[in-house]
Amino acid sequence: MSDHASSALAHQFEDLEQQREAASFGMWIFLATEVMFFGGLFAGYTIYRNLYLPGFEAGSHMLNVTIGAINTAVLIGSSLTMAMAVRAAQMGKRNALVTFLILTIALGLAFVLIKLTLEWRHDYLEGLAPGLNFTFAGPDAKSVELFFCFYFIMTGMHALHMMVGVGVLSVLLVQAWKGHFGPDHFNAVETAGLYWHFVDIIWIFLFPLLYLIGGRY
Amino acid sequence: MQGHLVPKSLYFFIFGSLMALTALTTGMAYMDMGQWNTIVALIIAGCKATLVALFFMHLRWSPRLMRVVLLSALLWLAILISLTTTDFFSRDWTPIPEGWGESSLVRPPIPPGNLIPQVLKPSLHRYLSALGVPPRPSSS
Repeated sequence: MSDHASSALAHQFEDLEQQREAASFGMWIFLATEVMFFGGLFAGYTIYRNLYLPGFEAGSHMLNVTIGAINTAVLIGSSLTMAMAVRAAQMGKRNALVTFLILTIALGLAFVLIKLTLEWRHDYLEGLAPGLNFTFAGPDAKSVELFFCFYFIMTGMHALHMMVGVGVLSVLLVQAWKGHFGPDHFNAVETAGLYWHFVDIIWIFLFPLLYLIGGRY
Repeated sequence: MQGHLVPKSLYFFIFGSLMALTALTTGMAYMDMGQWNTIVALIIAGCKATLVALFFMHLRWSPRLMRVVLLSALLWLAILISLTTTDFFSRDWTPIPEGWGESSLVRPPIPPGNLIPQVLKPSLHRYLSALGVPPRPSSS
């Protein structure tokens, strides 16, 4: 075992393989709790959508599918660059790792900015923000308001997770710049990647549930 | 000790598939398929999530332990959603027997206005009187 490898191994682990598995295992456990966190929101959305279907469909029709689809593409792109960043770390390519981390952060920020400026701001100006200025006057106004409560809380919690991810990746970017990571020492990049892909998966379900299934025809 | 190294081309192929599925699910939303719209959208989302988990999250090459964690998370999610929905959607399947109308299970219709006190106060009083606590004189 090289000097670099032995310094990368914390003393409580038998070998690097075990250390790597422990790190991934910890992140997967955390993601299981996140599944339950978002699961509660999804369960509530399922119940209320079925109880107040016309209002939820009317609310869904007010969302912009094009922006939602573009944002989905942006997020999937960021997952690709994240996967490439982990690959670069595995191969010990510092410059590639730094580049892909910057791309991932940029795409993550692009997602949140699109959400903020083109969607939430628009919804607010349309008077669709429950608790602030909800002024929808059509039929089923109360159910539409409930839909927008779910919409803002679900997309808001998702965007919050994105920002946490951007923060984590920024720390990793600084460390990668200093050359912290290599083939023996990339657990942090890999676990951050797991988290990032998980947040992507949440959006993969939010997009059809909020934007699409109301029927656009 | 670098773990499994996935070929670049596979990542790009998965990325392309995810983009294609996004285009597909968006297009399908504009077709009238009745309740199948929801089912198809969720199946496509499930496929996309599976692709991300298997390839981007390396689950395909991970030790079984990670798959067990994911499957148990999905099992709990299934319990959460199935038990909640079965409760909600089967509540009015059977008529309420005579004399059970005052049960706390049956909520009176919610009057407009300030919701929380009107819904919570009567049940709170019922609960307290069941415990033998005399109702306090209302201050309002």
